[in-house]
Amino acid sequence: MLIAALVTAALFGVVFLTREPRYRTPRRLGIGTTVSVAAAAAVPGTMGPCGFADESTPVDHVLFFALMLTSSWIALIVTRAIFDRSDGASPDTSAMTGEIRSGGFRTKPWVPWLLLSPTLVILIVFLYTPAVQTFTLGTKLARLGAPNSIDVCLSNFSELLIVDPVRLVAYPLVAVAAVYATSWWRRATSKETWSHRLAEVASTLSVLGIFVALWAIFSPGGDGQVAYRPVYVTTLIITIGTVATGMIGGLAIAYLAFRNIRGGGVYRTLLIWPYAISPTVAGILFFMIFDPTAGIFQYLAEVWFGVDVPNYRESAILAQAAIILASGWKILGYNILFYLAGLQTVPTSQVEAAVIDGASAWQRFTKIVLPSLSPITFFLLVTNLTYAFFEIYATIDFMTKGAPAGKTSVAIYEIIRVGVNNGDLGRGAAQSVLLFVAVIGVTLWQFRTSGERVTYGGAT
Amino acid sequence: MAGLQVGVQKKGIVRGRQWPFHLALSASVLVIAFPLLYATLIATQTNAEIFSFKFTPGSALASNFDDVWVKREFSRAMWNSLQQSLWVTVGKTVLSLLAGLAFVYFKFRAKWLVFFFVLVTLMMPTEVMILAMFRLVSGFGWQDTMASITLPFIASATGAFLFRQHFANMPVELLEASQIDGATPFTFLTRVLIPLSWNIIGALFVIQFVYTWNMFLWPSLIIRDDSAQVVQVAMQTLLNFGGALTFGPLMLAAIIASIPPALVFVLMQKPFMSGFVTAQDK
Repeated sequence: MLIAALVTAALFGVVFLTREPRYRTPRRLGIGTTVSVAAAAAVPGTMGPCGFADESTPVDHVLFFALMLTSSWIALIVTRAIFDRSDGASPDTSAMTGEIRSGGFRTKPWVPWLLLSPTLVILIVFLYTPAVQTFTLGTKLARLGAPNSIDVCLSNFSELLIVDPVRLVAYPLVAVAAVYATSWWRRATSKETWSHRLAEVASTLSVLGIFVALWAIFSPGGDGQVAYRPVYVTTLIITIGTVATGMIGGLAIAYLAFRNIRGGGVYRTLLIWPYAISPTVAGILFFMIFDPTAGIFQYLAEVWFGVDVPNYRESAILAQAAIILASGWKILGYNILFYLAGLQTVPTSQVEAAVIDGASAWQRFTKIVLPSLSPITFFLLVTNLTYAFFEIYATIDFMTKGAPAGKTSVAIYEIIRVGVNNGDLGRGAAQSVLLFVAVIGVTLWQFRTSGERVTYGGAT
Repeated sequence: MAGLQVGVQKKGIVRGRQWPFHLALSASVLVIAFPLLYATLIATQTNAEIFSFKFTPGSALASNFDDVWVKREFSRAMWNSLQQSLWVTVGKTVLSLLAGLAFVYFKFRAKWLVFFFVLVTLMMPTEVMILAMFRLVSGFGWQDTMASITLPFIASATGAFLFRQHFANMPVELLEASQIDGATPFTFLTRVLIPLSWNIIGALFVIQFVYTWNMFLWPSLIIRDDSAQVVQVAMQTLLNFGGALTFGPLMLAAIIASIPPALVFVLMQKPFMSGFVTAQDK
């Protein structure tokens, strides 16, 4: 099995490099394949071939295999970058790092290193080290406060997934294939035709397919597995709810407030102040509002509408709605602030031309304002996602503590519950790796998309 | 408070009647302010007054304040948070300035590699590695120390890139003129770059101060001793005061804890807005 994995890694290296002609020299293919195999072999080399051991499950095999290929993939990307550099095909790095043309100070060569050393030391000790340790901790059975730990290979990871290895492999492959196929279809059809529009819809749907595939491969519990599917669903609901509430609300209010009316500056200041409020305080304020016995929400619902609202902490929908409302409220000021700045870049001439052409207010908003805001919308989408992934922890801790039955326990809350409250560092670290992968995914998507899909036209 | 006038020029002039906008904006302001206004009311009341839903200022503001500030020693938590926020803010600014200087004004081998090394940390938020970091920092024996809640956060890719971007947009003549005058890198930084970067420094100050002051998860793990605790976590102890939940002190604590970041935000709005427009120019 180990041999099969290494052969696959070699094939993967060849396929990866032959996609572009400039890597198709025997020397480069040779180097690439060697690097690919070596990187794959590094996985069993460092942790032992434990994933293929007799006592491991089929899911362990799949994960170990995937880990080896991921290692190859990363090594190949680095190798390709080095090839590009030696070709001079990569963009000028001095422009990227912002170096000035005149060459700068001529001093002893260690001076820049001295200037960078505090930053590099902190990044190595407090970011890179724990990042690597998060992965290694995920392969261990480690208890909080206990000095020793036992290697458990990938079982902390595999117990989060479904038991059936065939479906585990098939679902993600189908989803990824669908994304590639539809984006190829979109590029193959010419614009303004029906098949192109259809392809665009299919392409969007295929991205949703990734989320469905993830839902399908996380274990619903049972069979000795950890029920991670509910955590995934809760995280999706609360993240999407928070980001949507914060961004739509922020845009709507900013669109009202950027106008040049009397007292506009006062309104703007009174609208953005929640930026300075902490997620903890947001949690406390809404904890008070929604309190089942003392809160004003229940009181007014009963006095005004005669509705007896049940305790929000005992109903999944109400608890999630309360968290979304509190965290959406807190991020509102931040979004308004950025949208106000962004609205200043909307080209006035186009808006005025549209008014003359008789476009309705709604048409002006959707056809001119929204497209020219897309860079800032995209930036906010990423920062709001990060907020909803992590900062929300304090809000949840004050309002529901994950209740009822984990329905508000999002990924980061679950990590602390498992890793700290239950003292199971290894399992908590394994869940951290999942969140880590999600963050890397969002960041890579950000790097790829910025400048590609967002409009910069007119926003000079 | 005039900071948000930035760039409000003549765009979006309202044609026709203005009152619908005033109405909608006032409503938005009220909806956004409601949680805080309500908390202010509760902060003045006793539990009995809260449960009878009186919507007039209550009688307990002084005693609630005494509970929070003196009995629960909230003043000490505020002081801890202030120290933490200032250390992180100042440290991050200094380190970012030095890194920006090295990236823009020096040539050295493997610079692109160092650049990527810093860039990659953008996708490494502390939260995803918090358990490993907890083990690591506990291993240093740093529990309950100021170092544990400041040092890990004083370097950042965001800050370094902010100054790199700003310096790169400065005219080359600045450096040439300074070099003719015999400036060393250090004097160039202190005499030329810093005086030209106050807007960016101000913007970074606001962002970092608010970020550090509002930190919750990490201090809640690494600080266990009440006397070393920061405000955001100290509020948790107010959830249970004298055996039962008293809402008044809790709301008052939430309000007090929000004053410093709000003050920094409002007082520094002007450099913040202009600095952050520069930061957005990317």
